[in-house]
Amino acid sequence: MVGAAKMLLDVPAIKADFPILQRSVRGKPIVYLDSTATSQKPRQVIDATADFYSRYNANVHRAIYELGEEATRAYEGARENVAAFIRAKSANEIVFTKSTTEALNLVAYGWGIKGPLREGDEIVGTVMEHHSNHVPWHFVRDHKGVVLKYVGVTDDGRLRIDEYDGLITKRTKLVTVAHVSNVLGTINPVKEIAKRAHEVGAICVVDAAQSVPHMPVDVQDIGCDFLAFSGHKMLGPTGIGILYGRSEVLEAMEPLLGGGEMIREVHLGSSAWADVPAKFEGGTPNIAGAIGLGAAVDYLGVLGMDAVREHEVDMTRYAIERLATVPGLRLFGPDDVRARGGVASFTLEAAHPHDIASILDVEGICIRSGHHCAQPLMDRFEVSATARASFYVYNDPADVDRLVDGLNRVREVFA
Amino acid sequence: MASAYEIYQEKILDHYKHPRNKGELEGASHRGKESNPLCGDEISIGLVVDGADRIADVRFTGQGCAISLASASMLTERVKGRTIDEAASIRRDDVVEFLGIPLSAVRMKCALLSLQVLRRALGLPPEGHGS
Repeated sequence: MVGAAKMLLDVPAIKADFPILQRSVRGKPIVYLDSTATSQKPRQVIDATADFYSRYNANVHRAIYELGEEATRAYEGARENVAAFIRAKSANEIVFTKSTTEALNLVAYGWGIKGPLREGDEIVGTVMEHHSNHVPWHFVRDHKGVVLKYVGVTDDGRLRIDEYDGLITKRTKLVTVAHVSNVLGTINPVKEIAKRAHEVGAICVVDAAQSVPHMPVDVQDIGCDFLAFSGHKMLGPTGIGILYGRSEVLEAMEPLLGGGEMIREVHLGSSAWADVPAKFEGGTPNIAGAIGLGAAVDYLGVLGMDAVREHEVDMTRYAIERLATVPGLRLFGPDDVRARGGVASFTLEAAHPHDIASILDVEGICIRSGHHCAQPLMDRFEVSATARASFYVYNDPADVDRLVDGLNRVREVFA
Repeated sequence: MASAYEIYQEKILDHYKHPRNKGELEGASHRGKESNPLCGDEISIGLVVDGADRIADVRFTGQGCAISLASASMLTERVKGRTIDEAASIRRDDVVEFLGIPLSAVRMKCALLSLQVLRRALGLPPEGHGS
């Protein structure tokens, strides 16, 4: 059992910041174990968003009046916040998108389809990617005739790192990998992978949707060229995503959206684009979303990302221990809690993941079931679906206890 | 609320644990296969339709949750020995009725998966999910 003294986060105080965690579901106090899909939002984030609409709503970068200046200051302030949070060299390396998916598609289009790739060039991905880090590269292959290759996964849910030896060649132009698997929780050695990519002159694209919310991430230390993540998985609003790009590659990349905000000048039949990052932010951006994200970064900053990570290690250790007591439960991913994030995917012999989730729902427990947008990984493990519980700053061991009680209830129903 | 576990009634669990008409059907004249894109579950149905347009035999295979497999089991029971026209007249509401349990929008897709497969096998347009 994880002792309260050992926990680095004051979970009761944190829980009190989240209005939704005060409600009950189906007559029971809510146990929210689906932060990998989306996190809940603290009052500070909700207030920051409402405050923008209530007090200084205006479009950014254009209005001369005071409201517009305040809005622009807050929007650009959020960019500075995010840059510092992932240790980017400059806020100009932070592009706001609507999601991780859009960020990855922007790279696939701007660097892949419109960029320097030629037929026969190779892109190296992995079997454990989310669909959003598979499908954009399918687009690139279909447009450019590049070859897609994939690093496999071991039985305990780790990348077969030695396969990079054969897969990364002088034809490799881009290497992409999830920092943390959304199904297995596996933390991948992205720094080493970026180094391998650079050795052959390829760029490295990291899907950090499941890492930035949960652990300290330093883009300069990783050395990747692009890194994508989402606001809504890190206590921020939906509809705001982030593409970090190393300034040299960002400068050279083509935009995806043409329109307002992203231009220097436009004439009939021609246009010149604005500097980065504005070049990639065509159209009125999600101003409230960015401001809410800035507040989320502040919130996480106060907790401290080292403490967030340690809390999740404790939670995961306790969860693995307790889940092992449930007969017929198969847990996926590495055994070593240091090698994984706060994600526990499992199957039960007795019941299908959908049925597990339905019965837990009756108990007020929110977990995920399905393929988690990672069908190639499901195929790898020869399952059609898994159940997944995931942990964040507002979860405590009592949530795991309720989960385990619920799973035993599932076994009774299907006995 | 009534029972917390009202969707996992004995009837549903019985069809899930002891599915009727489950297995490969050799010599099927009609076949259909669909997956639920939300979860990747997949059901296949094979039918033997005789000269009088009657479904002489039907079997299903696949994997899925209790709702989708119980639904497939009950549906195949229902159409066996019926004509194609009778099978075609089975719609969403009929499935909801013979399952006899409350279904959320997401679980409705599980419940209707086998009906979609049957309709595909018979060359009929898919059934809408809406209420």
